[in-house]
Amino acid sequence: MEPFTTLEAVAAPLDTANVDTDRIIPARFLRQPRSAGYHNWLFHDLREGGGFVLDDPAFKDAKILVAAENFGCGSSREGAVWALSGAGFRAWIAPSFGDIFFENSFKNGVLPVVLPAARVAAIRAMLAAKPGSRIAIDLAAQTVTLPDGSAERFDIDPFRRECLLNGWDEIDLTLQHEAAIAAHEARQRVETPWLATP
Amino acid sequence: MGRTLYEKIWAAHEVASGPGGRSLLYVDRHLIHDGSFHAFEALKAGGRQVRRPDACFATPDHYVPTRGRKRVADIADPMVRGKMEMLAANTAASGIVHYGMDDPRQGIVHVIGPEQGITQPGITLVCGDSHTSTHGAFGAMAFGIGASEVAHVLATQTLWARRAKTLRITVNGALRPGVHSKDIILAVIAKIGADGGAGHALEYAGAAIRALSMEARLTICNMSIEAGARCGMVAPDDTTFQYLEGRPQAPKGADWDRALARWRALPSDADARFDREVELDATALVPMLTWGTSPEDALPVTAVVPEGKPDALRYMGLQPGQALEGLAMDRVFIGSCTNSRIEDLRIAAAVVKGRKAMIPAMVVPGSGLVKQAAEAEGLDRIFRDAGLEWLAPGCSMCVGMNGDLVEAEQRCASTSNRNFEGRQGKGARTHLMSPAMAAAAAVTGRITDVRKLLAH
Ligand code: SF4
Repeated sequence: MEPFTTLEAVAAPLDTANVDTDRIIPARFLRQPRSAGYHNWLFHDLREGGGFVLDDPAFKDAKILVAAENFGCGSSREGAVWALSGAGFRAWIAPSFGDIFFENSFKNGVLPVVLPAARVAAIRAMLAAKPGSRIAIDLAAQTVTLPDGSAERFDIDPFRRECLLNGWDEIDLTLQHEAAIAAHEARQRVETPWLATP
Repeated sequence: MGRTLYEKIWAAHEVASGPGGRSLLYVDRHLIHDGSFHAFEALKAGGRQVRRPDACFATPDHYVPTRGRKRVADIADPMVRGKMEMLAANTAASGIVHYGMDDPRQGIVHVIGPEQGITQPGITLVCGDSHTSTHGAFGAMAFGIGASEVAHVLATQTLWARRAKTLRITVNGALRPGVHSKDIILAVIAKIGADGGAGHALEYAGAAIRALSMEARLTICNMSIEAGARCGMVAPDDTTFQYLEGRPQAPKGADWDRALARWRALPSDADARFDREVELDATALVPMLTWGTSPEDALPVTAVVPEGKPDALRYMGLQPGQALEGLAMDRVFIGSCTNSRIEDLRIAAAVVKGRKAMIPAMVVPGSGLVKQAAEAEGLDRIFRDAGLEWLAPGCSMCVGMNGDLVEAEQRCASTSNRNFEGRQGKGARTHLMSPAMAAAAAVTGRITDVRKLLAH
C-alpha cells in the first residue's frame, strides 16, 4: 500500500449530509472487476443532471473531499472508496462517516479526517467561495492547514496512523500474532468444539 | 459492575490487543456471497490461503436471477453467469461449503445463516455485507465488513476492531394488530436518526422485543445499520433456543447441552451499564412507511409529508402537506433480507388472500427452503391467484444487481431496507414498509393503512 505522509492539494466541498455509498457509486456498476476503473462511475447518477460540484474545472485536480455528516453511510461496498480513490482523492474530511466506509478508507491508503461539524461547514464555505483553494494535511503532525492559513488538529487512532504512514499491509501485521491466534483456536476446540475445525 | 451482552462476547473473542485501544478479535463464522469476488482476488494477489474453510459458508444472492432460473450454464447474461461460476470456483478451490444456485438451501446470506443454524448466540460472525447486523438477533456479535477486511478474515480468521459504545433500545408495551417488527425498527430509526447509532453496538430489549419471534427480531437487527450501527443484538432466550434446536449446523447431543449452558449466561447483567438508553412504546405504534431518501424519513401512515428536506422531496416527487395514505404506487416488492422469511410471506398472503393486485407486484422468498415451505402451505397459490409474481430466491429488487429494477420515477412499495436515491434503479422512488403494508399497497394500488383491510 502506498504510504500517506503529507498531502497538499485542491479540496472540493460536498454539502449534502448522509451521502450514501449508492450515490458514490450506484450498485449496478459493481458487477465490474475493479480493474475496469470504478472512478468512471463516481457519483454517476448525481453527475448526469449537470452542475455537479466535481465537474467544475476548478476541482479537476482535487485530491481532498470535504463532505458533510455521515459521509459514506450505507453498504459495505469497498467500491465506494475505489471510485473516489480512483478519481485521485487521497483524503476526506467530514464531521462523521459511515463506520464501514471509514474502515475501508484506511485499507486503501486514504485518510478520513473527522473535524467538528461547524468547522467542516466553515471549510466548505471557504472552498465554495474560492474554488480551487488548497488544503494541506500532515498526518505525522495530525494537522490540517486551511486555505486561510489557519491550522486544525485532528485525532486519529495511533494504529491506523502507523499503518498509513508506513503503508503497512495489515494481514502481515496480524500474522505476527500467529501464536495468539493458534492459542485461541486451541481454546475453542476445548470450550466450544462445535465451532472448531472438526 | 455487570457486563453487557456485547462486552461478554467481545471479551471471549479477544486474541490480542493492539495500540490505540484496538483488539484483534477471533471470527467464529464467515458468510460469503457472490459479491465476495473482490476479496478472493485480493487474497490471490497476496499469495494467501483461506485459514478456516470450515468456518465459511457461501451462497450466491446479489446477482442471482429470480426469473426463468435453470442451471448456471444456461444463464444468458455472461456477467451474471460469471459471478455464479466465480463463487463456485473460489469456494471449491478453498474447500468452503457452497449452497449453489441450484441447491434448495441457496438464498440471501442473511436468511440462510439462521436457517442452517450457522448463526448462534455468543459467536462473532462477519460477512462482506452491511446487513450482517441481522444475525445479532441470536445474541451474536455480527457485523458487515469491506472487501479488504473479508480478505483479512479469510487469511487470518481475525479482525482488528475497536470496542463500540453501547446503546440499549428498550421497546415497551405490545404491538397492536396490523403493526409489525418492521414498524418498530422504522420508528426507532426515525427517532434516533440515520447516524444515531454510529459508533455504537445496539441492544434491543423490553417486553415488545421479548414477545417477538426469531424472524421478527431478525427484521429489527437487520436495519441496525440503517441507524448507523454496525451491529445490533437481542439477548438470547427460549425463543432463540427453540428456533435453533435441530438446525443442520447447530450443536447436537452433549454439545447442545453445553452450548445451552453457555448461551444462558450471555444476556446483559441486571447491573450492566449502557453508554446510552432510548425507550419506545410499541403500544402507541401504527403502521409506518418512509417518504424520503433516508430510512430516517419514516412516518406513521396517518401522517403527511413534512417540510425540510427539499432534495429528498424533489427526488421523491412529493409536496409538503400531502397525505401519505392514498399515495399511488407503481409496483410492489416483497422480499430482501429484511422481510423475505416464511412469517413475512404469511403476513403478506393473509392480506392479499381473496383480493386482486392492482399494480405489478413481486414476491421473492429469501431462500429455496423458504420457497419450499411457502409452497407446501399454499402461499404461492394465494399470491399467484391474486396476480402477484412468485419468484426464485435472491436479493432481487432490493438492490437490482441481477436486473430486477424499478424504472425512473416509479414508486415502489418495498419491504427492503434502503430507500437511497437510485437504490432500486436510477430515479426509482422507494417507500419502505412492512410486508403487511406492501401487500395492502399491492391490492389497492396505493398506500393504504393495512389495518383497514384487516377489519373487513
Ligand atoms: S437483500 Fe438487499 S440488503 Fe439484503 S443482502 Fe441482499 S442486497 Fe443487501
